[in-house]
Order: sequence, then structure tokens, then C-alpha cells
Amino acid sequence: MHKVIIIGSGPAGLTAAIYAARANLKPLVFEGVQPGGQLTITTDVENYPGFPKGILGPELMDKFRKQAQEFGAETLFENVDKVDFSSKPFKLHVGDKEYEAESVIISTGASAKLLGLESESKLMGFGVSACATCDGFFFKEKDILVVGGGDSAMEEATYLTKFASSVTIVHRRDEFRASKIMQDRALNNPKISVMWNSEIVEMYGDPKDKGLESVDIRNLQSGEIVRHNTDGVFMAIGHKPNSDLFKNQLSLNESGYIITEADSTVTSKKGIFAAGDIQDFTYKQAITAAGSGCMAAIEAERFLEGH
Amino acid sequence: MSEFTIDVNEENFDSVVMKSDKPVLVDFWAEWCGPCKMLTPTIEALAEEYKDTSSIVKINVDDSPAIATKYGIRSIPSILLFNKGDVVEQRVGAVSKDELAGMLDKIIKG
Ligand SMILES: Cc1cc2nc3c(=O)[nH]c(=O)nc-3n(C[C@H](O)[C@H](O)[C@H](O)COP(=O)(O)OP(=O)(O)OC[C@H]3O[C@@H](n4cnc5c(N)ncnc54)[C@H](O)[C@@H]3O)c2cc1C
Repeated sequence: MHKVIIIGSGPAGLTAAIYAARANLKPLVFEGVQPGGQLTITTDVENYPGFPKGILGPELMDKFRKQAQEFGAETLFENVDKVDFSSKPFKLHVGDKEYEAESVIISTGASAKLLGLESESKLMGFGVSACATCDGFFFKEKDILVVGGGDSAMEEATYLTKFASSVTIVHRRDEFRASKIMQDRALNNPKISVMWNSEIVEMYGDPKDKGLESVDIRNLQSGEIVRHNTDGVFMAIGHKPNSDLFKNQLSLNESGYIITEADSTVTSKKGIFAAGDIQDFTYKQAITAAGSGCMAAIEAERFLEGH
Repeated sequence: MSEFTIDVNEENFDSVVMKSDKPVLVDFWAEWCGPCKMLTPTIEALAEEYKDTSSIVKINVDDSPAIATKYGIRSIPSILLFNKGDVVEQRVGAVSKDELAGMLDKIIKG
């Protein structure tokens, strides 16, 4: 039986691990399918304090992990498949193994939203991508689409012009949500054009052959659907919390975020805490995730003492 | 470099991968790819475990872009499993050691 099990190894989970390990709670961390969390798919992180020249996301997360291990946190490259918080001790299932814990810190973060088309998931990694920094390299001299209208869509589109010969932003509305400065940067780039009032409704291609080859785009004003050839589609329509695992176990809000008490990481279940992007729909930054990871560890420690 | 994985490039691809009589698991990666780094411990553990029955090789896509293009790689990490010169399995993104071991076992144990 573990005193504390931490689910997730982003800034929130690993900060919780540092604090819990220093409090002698011997935390066990399940790293999940994205060890190090979302920052491992970005390049320079320039707003994390302590690194005046910036630091690469993967490198920053390596440091987080090493610091947690330094104080005795155990980290496993495993994904939690199922949880049962209905009775104590709490149970977590990993493959066919069962783990028991007196308290659990959930820091499963968020992942990129997708359109939800069957063809999209079939072609993910074969022309469809949710990570420009990971996959841009493979689209040298290609014509590609970016879906979205926020800052991250502008950033991805701009970044991708380093590789692609043309980038077309496909956006559902007739204006962008992105900040002025990001819009200007994208719109002034000669390689970038925009399809307004448009959405992708179908994708075509064979993952075993050439991958993505074309998409159907619907004009939302005229209703007209036109087939466009393309080599790649990059999704930048925001993120959703990774909370499917907790659906019938904890209170979630209508967007799927775990609800925590004000100024706290306490969830609807005593002994279960939630930190980082899984409960924060406002700030969604590495530093705030780390901050709430610290809070969760301290609150778990107090909970265990009160037993 | 790890003891058990082999670095493959455009020069030795044919001899190490295509002409191998054992199954060859190829990990496409790059220095700038965060998720690839995260897969490294998995690949190395697998390489040690399967050192007698398979080859586990790494291809840096920056150094060998032609191989990546030939096999239509559009995202990394990408894992291709070769048997007798043919691609028999392909995985993109995070993948567990058990899943990769299962792919190899299917060929080795028939
Ligand atoms: C491209 C990009 C660039 C960004 N740049 C910046 C930046 O410059 N500065 C900044 O402050 N923020 C940035 N952010 C935001 C920042 O990355 C997030 O706010 C932060 O990572 C949230 O941390 P977290 O620990 O809550 O979750 P995440 O980082 O999302 O980590 C979630 C963890 O949970 C694990 N997990 C999920 N499900 C399971 C499961 N079932 N079992 C086990 N583990 C599981 C995952 O493997 C992962 O380790 C960026 C985000 C993106 C996508």
C-alpha cells in the first residue's frame, strides 16, 4: 500500500512528487504515455522562472524528474487504465496489476482537441498531426493546412512556414480569436493564407500507402463542400482535460475539468487531489501547474496526518 | 550510444535492416524530438532483452532523410518492424514495451 500515488508526470505531477518525497511520503508516480507532459512537445520555454535564457521543454522536464527522484520519488513509465475511488484504500489498475493508495494526486493534464472524424484518427501520424514542432520536419516543400483561430494556431502556422511551401489556416469564423501581434505575424507571412468560415468535414488517404492526400472543406456560409489536395493537417483547436478515467468517480464540470474547492486541490472525494491543467481552465501554464502540484502534495500530507 | 541498439544510416540500412535474417525493429528519431527521448529507455530495455533474437536499430531522420521519406514517415517517434525486408508492423507515437515485445514475439515464436 502506498501513501501517495501521483498520476501524471507533467509540471504538476513531478512538483507534487518533489514535495511528497521531501515529506517522506515515498510517492509513486505513473508517468503515462507522455512522460514529462505537454512541455515535451514544445521547444523553448521562455517564461519559466529561473532560466533567464529560456530552456528546452524536454530538458526542463528531465530536470523536474531528476529532482523528484533525487528525494526518493519512484517513477514508472506506465499508464493508469482504471481507478476505483469508491472505497478505501483507493485502487488503481495498470494493465493487470492493481495498486493501492491512501491518497491520490491526479495531474493527468490536457491533450490536443481533435475534430472527432474517424478518418482523422486513422490518419493521425500519417499526415494528420497535433504537434507542429514534432512533425513539421516531415513537410518540407509541402502544402499543408492548420486548423484553428487562436494564438496556438497562429504560432503553429508561422512555425510551419520554416518547412512547408504553403500553409493555409482553416477557420470556422470570419475573424481570429488570436492576439493582434500573433495574427499580424501570421498574416504578414507570404506563405500563409486563410480560408474563413470553413471547416474540414472529411479526410482521405491510406495510412499504409501515401498517408493523407485530400480533405473535404465545407464553407459554413454557402454550405458548399469542396475537395482540396493536401499533404498535412495540423490541429490547433485547443486542449481538453484528460479526465475520462474519473468520470463516474469525481465531480467534473461541463467541459470535463475536475472540480476542486476554492484555493485548494481538494476534489469531491476526500483523499483525492487534483492539480494542474486537469483542474485549471484559466491559466494553463507550467508554473501554475507546478504551483498547484505543490499545493496538492501539502494537502495530501495534511490529509494523511489527520488519519 | 547504447550497447544493444545499432545506429543505422543510409549506408548500412540495406545490410543491417533489409538483409537481416532476424526481425528488425526500427526506431525513427531526432535530437529535437522530445517524445522520442522519452521512448529511449523503452527501446534500450527492449534491445537488451531481445539481443539474441532480434535487431533493435535507431535511425536519425536528420542524418537519413531519404529512408524516412521512402517509408512515408510523417511523425516521430515512429516504429517500423521489418521481417525479411518487409514492413510488417508500424506504430506512431508513444508505445509501451509490452506492445513492442508482443510484435517481436509474434514473429520469433511464430
Ligand atoms: C505546444 C505547447 C507549448 C507550451 N508552452 C508553454 C510555455 O512556454 N510556458 C508555459 O508555462 N506553458 C506552456 N504550455 C502549457 C504547459 O505545457 C501546461 O500548462 C503544463 O504542461 C500543464 O502541466 P500538467 O502537469 O498539469 O499536465 P501535462 O503537462 O499535460 O502532463 C500530464 C501528464 O499526465 C500523464 N497522464 C495522462 N493520463 C494518464 C494516465 N491515464 N495514467 C498515467 N499518466 C497519465 C501524461 O503522460 C503526462 O505526463 C505549452 C503547452 C503546449 C501544448
